[in-house]
Amino acid sequence: MKKGYKNWGPPLLLVSPTIIVIGIFVYGLIGANVAVSFSNRNSLVPATEFVGLDNYFALFAEERFIHSLQNLGVFTVFFIAGTMIFGFLWAWMLDKGVTAEGVFRSVFLFPMAISFVASGVVWRWLLNSAEGDRASGLNRIFENLGLGFLQNSWWNEPGWGMAAIALPAIWQLAGYVMALFLAGFRGIPEELREAARMDGATEWKLYRYVIFPQLSPVALSALIIVGHMSLKVFDLIMAITKSIYQTEVPATYLWVALTANDYAKSATIATILLLFVAVLIVPYLVYTARAERKQR
Amino acid sequence: MSIATELEKKPRISGKPEMPGQSELRNRKRISRTVKYVFLVLFLVIVLMPVYVLIVTSLKPPQDVNPATSWGLPVRWPWEPALDGGPTGFDNWALAWNALSASIGRTFLLAIPAALISSFLGAMNGFVLARWRFPYADIVFTFILFGMFIPYQAIMTPLVQMKTSLGLPSDISTLLMVHIIYGLPICTLIFRNYYAGIPHELMEASRMDGAGMLRTFGSIVLPLSVPGFVVTIIWQFTSAWNDFLFALFLSNQNDGPVSLSLNNLAQGAQLANYGAAMAGALLASLPTLIVYIVLGKYFIGGLMSGSVKS
Repeated sequence: MKKGYKNWGPPLLLVSPTIIVIGIFVYGLIGANVAVSFSNRNSLVPATEFVGLDNYFALFAEERFIHSLQNLGVFTVFFIAGTMIFGFLWAWMLDKGVTAEGVFRSVFLFPMAISFVASGVVWRWLLNSAEGDRASGLNRIFENLGLGFLQNSWWNEPGWGMAAIALPAIWQLAGYVMALFLAGFRGIPEELREAARMDGATEWKLYRYVIFPQLSPVALSALIIVGHMSLKVFDLIMAITKSIYQTEVPATYLWVALTANDYAKSATIATILLLFVAVLIVPYLVYTARAERKQR
Repeated sequence: MSIATELEKKPRISGKPEMPGQSELRNRKRISRTVKYVFLVLFLVIVLMPVYVLIVTSLKPPQDVNPATSWGLPVRWPWEPALDGGPTGFDNWALAWNALSASIGRTFLLAIPAALISSFLGAMNGFVLARWRFPYADIVFTFILFGMFIPYQAIMTPLVQMKTSLGLPSDISTLLMVHIIYGLPICTLIFRNYYAGIPHELMEASRMDGAGMLRTFGSIVLPLSVPGFVVTIIWQFTSAWNDFLFALFLSNQNDGPVSLSLNNLAQGAQLANYGAAMAGALLASLPTLIVYIVLGKYFIGGLMSGSVKS
């Protein structure tokens, strides 16, 4: 590292606008948000006192908030499982040389370019809850294929309905996980595979002891990225169902609280969401920074 | 970006001599190949299914709402006028265009400057953090990077309050500022990774010649940065275009971007006219889809950078 401000002054000056802006709009606003969540700003009337964790206790005592957390849990499990399974499967099938690989890759990935609002339009149609003669969307396909018993009311189902909301999310992001895994597969040196084959490893052992260990950093990245996206899910739910109780997650509940001018409640939900994401992201960022330092 | 090329196929050498019993093995390979293609095509059809629904439904006249034929092609195509002179599939598109055209224009005015400005600032940051370093540069980088992962809900309440107290307008200009700011972390990340691949010698040579930081950046680094810019501009354009969260909290339907108008059109059409909503969804997706189709390789580069170590 060069010594003296003449060396490090100019570069620091060049990033300082970003440091200041991020300092205010990320860290400053997070601080302000936490402060509001500790206040009694539950209406348009300005806050009058510090209430400590009262808003948090009140929120966790609410059946409605617990329900939104359960919904988020169901969504997250299905969303992560779906994107990881399909992402891996597609990458695995495309890795070993497929004619027109580019076509498959582009098609699997293209939903990523579309907004949740736009895809919400078509998925609301596909997940239409009408059954039997009135069925359209996916239920109509089941009806016409003689699989009528598969018909269901999708997201209108209390409890597991959130799994239906995960379908469009999987559709949009499985291709992304595929791209990550594909880069992972392509990053494995061919010599490693060759060496394993020379040693007479079966296909399964090749995967178990060579490929999977090599892919695990990619899988971790994918898991964390998809996981944190899942915690933030908002657009998709608003587009498909609006903010209704059946499909409520903390992010949409926050919107309800904010539009009702209950700033303290929306800030409390926001802080909880941030904590969830931080638990996932901070260790990952630290781990990445350390790994990078070792490489230097 | 090296990531984009990593996805390209590597040639695999297989020149082993054929042994007895190989033909059975080859047969088995042929069967497994066929099975693989069957599955790939099946997945292809499933992934494209919503697109089929969008296009077909958008072309159906509003009267053609029979659920039994909802997956079929239009009974009457838009160019076949109804006997009673009633609406055709084209009317869906006209309705959607009327509802969205103004906001589509505004969204271009939002997404293009947001992409350019964040990218340029990100390039400067990335250059400094990768190649013209100062003490604790890595800590500063992690500090900036965290902003990329936060749920924006975590800053939304005070941001809305700030907007109200500063009297900022509920339109594109406020959103532009917000997208530039929250786009900085990812642009910085992409450029930092990109510049890490530029040889040290180039930088050293320039330093030896007595060029300062800005000269080195302007005359040596910037001309090499086109691929990096393509990635960040596409990424930022797409995320500003597709944003719904900031748009909903900080703007309104009359002055906001296309995501709000589309949502309004779709929610309003809930019962009666899916056709117009689907035409609108296609219209609103066209710019990002075109970018994806034309510059898909770079689009992937932006995606991959989300995994930090690229």
